[in-house]
Amino acid sequence: MKLSYLPGCTLKTKAKDLDISAVAAMAALGIELEELPRWNCCGTVYSFAQDDLMHQIAPVRNLIRAQEQGGKKLVTVCSFCYNTLKRANILVKNDAEKLKTLNTFMDEEPDYKGNVEVVHLLEVLRDDIGWAQIAKKVKRPLTDLKVAAYYGCTLHRPKEAAIEPPNRRTALPELLETLGATAIIFPEDNTCCGSYQIVANPEIAMNRTRDIVTSAREQGAEIMATSCPLCQSNLRQMQKKLKGKEGFEEMPVIYFTQLMALALGLNPEVCHFEMNAGNLQPLLESKGLLPVGASL
Amino acid sequence: MKKINPRKTDFIDKVKEISGQNIGLCFQCGTCSGACPNWAETDLLPRQLMRRIQLGLKEDVTSARMPWICASCLKCTAQCPRGIDMARVMEAVRLLSLRENIDYVHPDALPKEIIEELPQIALISSFRKHTA
Repeated sequence: MKLSYLPGCTLKTKAKDLDISAVAAMAALGIELEELPRWNCCGTVYSFAQDDLMHQIAPVRNLIRAQEQGGKKLVTVCSFCYNTLKRANILVKNDAEKLKTLNTFMDEEPDYKGNVEVVHLLEVLRDDIGWAQIAKKVKRPLTDLKVAAYYGCTLHRPKEAAIEPPNRRTALPELLETLGATAIIFPEDNTCCGSYQIVANPEIAMNRTRDIVTSAREQGAEIMATSCPLCQSNLRQMQKKLKGKEGFEEMPVIYFTQLMALALGLNPEVCHFEMNAGNLQPLLESKGLLPVGASL
Repeated sequence: MKKINPRKTDFIDKVKEISGQNIGLCFQCGTCSGACPNWAETDLLPRQLMRRIQLGLKEDVTSARMPWICASCLKCTAQCPRGIDMARVMEAVRLLSLRENIDYVHPDALPKEIIEELPQIALISSFRKHTA
């Protein structure tokens, strides 16, 4: 099966590990993620202003690209792209006048008809493949690995764009359990990592990183799985700053797609672990998930 | 006698217009303040900011730190028992300053290391939220 895929800007640079491991893991599950031929930035944040249609152009243009490719679904992996595209799609599907204005403005493009469905990779895994099918393909189960299922914000809020009903965060833990790991649910699993405040107020990202990692530690996690490249980046960088601070213990952070690639028995090279935080390797080695001394 | 912080109804109307939210629905329960992960770093809590918007105290609202340390995580929006999208109200307050060309972040003043280190989504979303 082929599905249209929008990687987004960050997955081609700072989060290549997310892009490459996602595409490889999905191929192992029999799904080809077909990258849109000419995608653009999604805009990163959905515009909240009622009087601002300008910032819906970028996401809707991507939806037109998906429409051209002919598929019904557009798959995203980056949580930011997912949220922005999903909400822009909801907006234009429910407001014919705004869609008309956007289509008229982009007169060089074919009209967007509103028939594309924006989905996150976790939804494809849960709904199109199913846990039972994935379980059959696990070759290197993540036995004894206690993984915190960290959602962040944008897969769950607002509720109309969520991948699950409110307060039911099961897709990520279920995937982790399917891969053989022990999924750790923790109180701060959908607390904001500080997001873009990393630029203007980095102390906020640092304090939230402390809250999130400490909460996961207290529930017994030894590694944290994320889907969002900004969560990953903030948790990685702020943990470096928190190192040695009283009561703080670092935790490696990994993309759920990297864990999938490992469990599906793919060559660890597709995970690009050299891009993750430095203390990932000893943990994975101790669990027998990586050959000892492998050069990453 | 000179009034301190006179009530500005045009300010209330602007916030309502940009956010699309009925400010009057808020009955000050404080659920948003309890939901906010950045409560410890703020000056005015979301509930307190909302009260000042209801009263039209423009100067108090536009000089508050709260809207600028908001990361649009939508915890307040998700939990409001009155159905107010508080994140949209925060955005409206930010836009009222940004639309007067008052930037909160100055991209040209950011150190080179920060720009090299951060992923695009961090920079673009910061500029989208914090510059005119």
